[in-house]
Amino acid sequence: MPKRTDIHKIMVIGSGPIIIGQAAEFDYSGTQACLALREEGYEVVLVNSNPATIMTDTTIADKVYLEPLTVDSLSRIIRQEYPDAILPTLGGQVGLNMALALAKTGILDELNIELLGTKLNSIEQAEDREMFKELCQSLGEPVPASLTVHKLQEALDFADKIGYPIIVRPAFTMGGTGGGICHDREELTRICKNGLELSPVTECLIEKSIAGYKEVEFEVMRDSSDNAMIVCCMENFDPVGIHTGDSIVFSPSQTLSDKEYQMLRDCSLRLIRALKIEGGCNVQLALDPESFNYYVIEVNPRVSRSSALASKATGYPIAKMAAKIAIGMTLDEIKNPVTGTTFAEFEPALDYVVCKIPRWPFDKFPKADRMLGTQMKATGEVMAIGRTVEEAMLKAVRSLEIDEKDLYSEEAHQADDSLLTEKLVKAQDDRLFYLAEAFRRGYSINDLHELTKINFYFLDIVKHLIEIEQELSQNIDDVEVLKLAKKYGFSDYTISRIWHENEDDVRDLRLNQGIKPVYKMVDTCAAEFESSTPYFYSSYDEENESLRSNKKSVLVIGSGPIRIGQGVEFDYATVHSVKALQKLGYDAIVVNSNPETVSTDFSISDKLYFEPLTLEDVLNICDLENPEGVIVQFGGQTSINLAAGLAKHGIKILGTSVNDLNRAEDREEFDKIIKDLKLKQPQGLTATTHEGVIEAAEKLGYPVLVRPSYVLGGKAMEIVYSQDELEEYLHDHVDIASDHPILVDDYLDGSECDVDAISDGETVLIPGIMEHIEHAGVHSGDSMAVYPPQTFSDEVKTKIAETTKKLALALNCKGIMNIQFIVRDGEVYVIEVNPRASRTVPFLSKITGIEMAQVATKVIMGESLESQGYEDGLAPEPELISVKAPVFSFSKLADVDAYLGPEMKSTGEVMGSDLTFAKALYKAFAGAHMELPENGNVLLTIEDQDKDKILPLAKRFSSIGYRIFATEGTAKFLQEHQLHVELVTKVHEGGENNILTDMHNDKIDLVINTMGHDLEKNSDGFIIRQTAIQQNIPLLTALDTADALLTALENRSFATRSLA
Amino acid sequence: MRYLVLEDGSVYAGEGFGAEVDTDGEVVFTTGMTGYQEAITDQSYANQILVFTNPLIGNYGVTLADFESIKPEVKGVICHQVARRPDNWRMQTSLPDFLKQIGVPGIQGIDTRALVKKLRIHGTLKGRITDHVEATDEIAQELQAKDVTKGIIDVVSTKTAYPVPGSKRNVVVIDFGIKHSILRELAKRDCNCFVLPYTATAQEVLNMHPDGVLLSNGPGDPLEMMDAAAMVREIEQVVPVFGICMGHQVFALANGAKTYKMKFGHRGFNHPVREIATGNIGFTSQNHGYAVDGDSIPDDLMVTHVEVNDGTVEGLRHKHYPAFSVQFHPDATPGPHDEESLFDDFMDMIDQRKEAKQNA
Repeated sequence: MPKRTDIHKIMVIGSGPIIIGQAAEFDYSGTQACLALREEGYEVVLVNSNPATIMTDTTIADKVYLEPLTVDSLSRIIRQEYPDAILPTLGGQVGLNMALALAKTGILDELNIELLGTKLNSIEQAEDREMFKELCQSLGEPVPASLTVHKLQEALDFADKIGYPIIVRPAFTMGGTGGGICHDREELTRICKNGLELSPVTECLIEKSIAGYKEVEFEVMRDSSDNAMIVCCMENFDPVGIHTGDSIVFSPSQTLSDKEYQMLRDCSLRLIRALKIEGGCNVQLALDPESFNYYVIEVNPRVSRSSALASKATGYPIAKMAAKIAIGMTLDEIKNPVTGTTFAEFEPALDYVVCKIPRWPFDKFPKADRMLGTQMKATGEVMAIGRTVEEAMLKAVRSLEIDEKDLYSEEAHQADDSLLTEKLVKAQDDRLFYLAEAFRRGYSINDLHELTKINFYFLDIVKHLIEIEQELSQNIDDVEVLKLAKKYGFSDYTISRIWHENEDDVRDLRLNQGIKPVYKMVDTCAAEFESSTPYFYSSYDEENESLRSNKKSVLVIGSGPIRIGQGVEFDYATVHSVKALQKLGYDAIVVNSNPETVSTDFSISDKLYFEPLTLEDVLNICDLENPEGVIVQFGGQTSINLAAGLAKHGIKILGTSVNDLNRAEDREEFDKIIKDLKLKQPQGLTATTHEGVIEAAEKLGYPVLVRPSYVLGGKAMEIVYSQDELEEYLHDHVDIASDHPILVDDYLDGSECDVDAISDGETVLIPGIMEHIEHAGVHSGDSMAVYPPQTFSDEVKTKIAETTKKLALALNCKGIMNIQFIVRDGEVYVIEVNPRASRTVPFLSKITGIEMAQVATKVIMGESLESQGYEDGLAPEPELISVKAPVFSFSKLADVDAYLGPEMKSTGEVMGSDLTFAKALYKAFAGAHMELPENGNVLLTIEDQDKDKILPLAKRFSSIGYRIFATEGTAKFLQEHQLHVELVTKVHEGGENNILTDMHNDKIDLVINTMGHDLEKNSDGFIIRQTAIQQNIPLLTALDTADALLTALENRSFATRSLA
Repeated sequence: MRYLVLEDGSVYAGEGFGAEVDTDGEVVFTTGMTGYQEAITDQSYANQILVFTNPLIGNYGVTLADFESIKPEVKGVICHQVARRPDNWRMQTSLPDFLKQIGVPGIQGIDTRALVKKLRIHGTLKGRITDHVEATDEIAQELQAKDVTKGIIDVVSTKTAYPVPGSKRNVVVIDFGIKHSILRELAKRDCNCFVLPYTATAQEVLNMHPDGVLLSNGPGDPLEMMDAAAMVREIEQVVPVFGICMGHQVFALANGAKTYKMKFGHRGFNHPVREIATGNIGFTSQNHGYAVDGDSIPDDLMVTHVEVNDGTVEGLRHKHYPAFSVQFHPDATPGPHDEESLFDDFMDMIDQRKEAKQNA
């Protein structure tokens, strides 16, 4: 059916901030959807609160609203725009939930607004566990025995009936938040209770566990004419029991016979047809490894993380097709954009193997509970493509950018057998490395199957790699073994490690022997039809298909998997760099390893290489493409870290030179620049021994900021207030050595700000200064920030601008850089310089209208700022005030302390803009789901040193009608100042008004807790914070944030004062 | 090292597995991502060397219950990689061992994508699996001179009639190289089948008093089956007929349509086929190197199905007799079950005819 002509204006709801379970994949799907709708001539209105996205670019939709995703805010936009229809199925669970919520308010009926795509009742039928179960039963599709409960007792009774283990799945929560496997009554009590509270409808599904079954996913599409098809089948390496988002996944399916595959395919198609899905849909199935028995696990009636993966794995753009289906088109009339010759009604055939490995945040959170289960914990993922399963797996491992560059883990190597066994039985993020280690120790496949229930076929893949490893170690410099190893995905690095050689020696040997990768095309059809997709992966095979174009090309290095500290912001910058290069007439080539993002959509660049971001893999591409140079400024620390190696191999780094990049990153060199320029910075010392660190701290005076050198995103950075705390820190970070010294800085308590600058060597453009709301000490990625600055005088701003210019020129910056300052008593101190795009680029680009990554790219390619129409200095400030607020995923990560400090913990951000600071703040808080009742109860647990600061805040809470709860010390102090305070007993004191009991009983609406320096797990502060997270109570750990929140709340309420 | 030498003189080197014999065949590729053993045992691949585009086969071993013929006539298997450690609860043997048993050679480690691109561009080529590459020119010339699929149906078709007992409808199956899955579908519907050799005459068929006749799939050029076409022309007037794959082509020829050799054929099971009457699209399992010429359809026939992407004639129906045919495999295996209901249509056709006869 041709597209509908009765609708003209379509609203698309995005997915909001990035959190675990809902990451960059929805930027990709949303962007594709908007572009597809515009391609068909519709006017698109986009709403999303996340500024760090491509989809919120004004070029993606006709109108972009960076507003909170709340019913209030969406209703306001609807009444302003009067869209004909809303497309809710491409913005993840958030977009879908918002559409459901809007429908409930009646506004859609009132204004005659249609929901496009899958109908609401279908969505409910898929999402409501009980309705879904009924549907499956009516279709004869098996589901595990289960019961929907609203009370804990119902769950306990059911479990007694069907036996443990039992899975708890809270209804309508994202990424399985709050769910888990329970082996006994105690676990069930704990998890189910929590799940009921997290579920917006206080509902959990209690289900018989089918752990150990094969987990298989189908990405399915259906149109309004009932055409239905499978885009991709994916099989999990890890059996059922681990969330698919936390599982290693292969595509195509690896262990299914045709009979099994077709049986599951039939089931998926029956489900999507019964649900009348119009668009994309994900079906998760469990197959008994010993029979034809299977169970339906769940159906996601929308585009999901898996569909982004499936799109990249097959080349088939699911979200784009889903958007076209939503406007009435059918699969057999939409052209397959990959081949250009066939139709979208086509089940892709793969002639390669795809491996996805999740990227977990445990490098940042070493104390977190690393156990994998039904609650997803990964922040991102990598995908790798190979011609053998082994190759795909090893490429994926080295794409992760973690300490392990291959299947060798020092930690696993050091583990004794009992620890090894435990790590195998109870899966954590690092199980793959322990599997490899077990094979090295001679464990048999049968042993490991017993311990892990992982399929023999998959186990043998790991075993095979270990055998090749052993063959390598017995045949040093043997060319035939080298060839074999390369064919199965071994990196030069790994081979050099085994051979005890330099990586370059291996590379030289390899190149001398003509052992080079070829690049194969991803074409959806296994070469059956001609296609010209510019989408390639490397393999050690025969025929190379990637031909160099005649045009001049530039390689842009992406930022790899989404992780804390390096999020979707860098993908945004990468995509913009590509756009600028194309405008300048270059072929823009992208290399990246992240399947979730816009940059790995092959239609974005002139050529896409889906490859690990390692020196070897990037060099190989350079060898083939011979680009004008490589741009490293936009892919975060990932690409910057590659610069030196590339330059050493004769690859031209465009923009700021490698030498100058190093001058910014190397502490000694940088200190010298600061001295030469007579700039101020907090005093700092470097030490390589325990004693040295303690001495340095004493010299500077506590508090001090300590961190290892050369780290990303403030990893392992802490503010230390005493020698005891420092000793503890050193105990936790024993790996200091002369090549990993510890940096000790004077901790300056002042206002912090972020500045991004673009320099062409003469002119230095400063698009804006972002003032942090929290004082120094909270990582810039975790602090709220406002643009333009609210408290800086013109004099301070001028100082910042002058300092920025001096630094940019002294560092010979060509392109973009970021500086962090502390402002104290009118003085400006430089904390650090990043010679690359920072995470504030998308935010500032959007509010200032200066496309920073594009301007910088043009500068890098030789266009001066002046010729681009920009002047030196701070760009004029707009009327609108914009606030950025961080968003956290603590509820998904047990045992991570929610106390904010110098180490970054947030996973995403939202933005709120308005004409006043207070309103912008309010929107930012709303966007971050910190919505508070008109009057409520606030719990204050405050560190002694903060007591003076809490008094004015407490008074303000009181005057807007909040009741204050506090433990003895704080309560007494506030009562002395004539405030009405409810006394609660401390964590371990018990009693009727216990602090934890009150939180559990939903008595508390907001927790302010600054007891941060006591980092012990069992400390009161930690327990209070954990309880707040578990109970879903908004939590603030910095008084500056509380101040900002009050400003927002006060703005909303009336000041009530007596006359005398 | 073993080699695949093509008639254009090109050589692909890899590692041998399966039987250590030299064979010649027509080199064709299939894009299915599962179902290697169904494909290998499919007699429509007789005298062909089968290239798998899926980079890895053998991963779930081989199970007797999934065979499509007892003695496969495929001449070779070319793939990128064979699984080291197959695993499936039903598996009885590994793919390499199975190939050894049936005397079929295989080569792994070949850049199958490069090979497939060659076949796509040049069309199907003949090839030889061998250990010797000293005289590739000679091999190429020999291959060029050879017609590897000529007379192949005579090899794969049953020599004598045999029954597949059931208790309901009597169906005569003409074996051009039948896949067991067709018999399975008929058995599922409780048909009492008699499988006859492809040489069966109209009289021999009618002597069995069939309620319906099914023309099976089979390898090679349908033009070699003109006797069978003559038989079909007679029986279609008196008994419902259902043709599959080769059977479809024979049915077309019987009614005056023409067939032609395709450049590289349809092999795989992601081919979308549209039923013209309803607009419904199903994904079909296909394995054919010849097709019915859409421009040659006589007045007595109508086209019922077409391939969505290239418009190939995928289904025909007789306008006056209860007879129809499809180019694809509604019996799937390997491949999707989307068009399985065509067997039910055939049953309905038989039942209606029976009823009409009884009422007459």
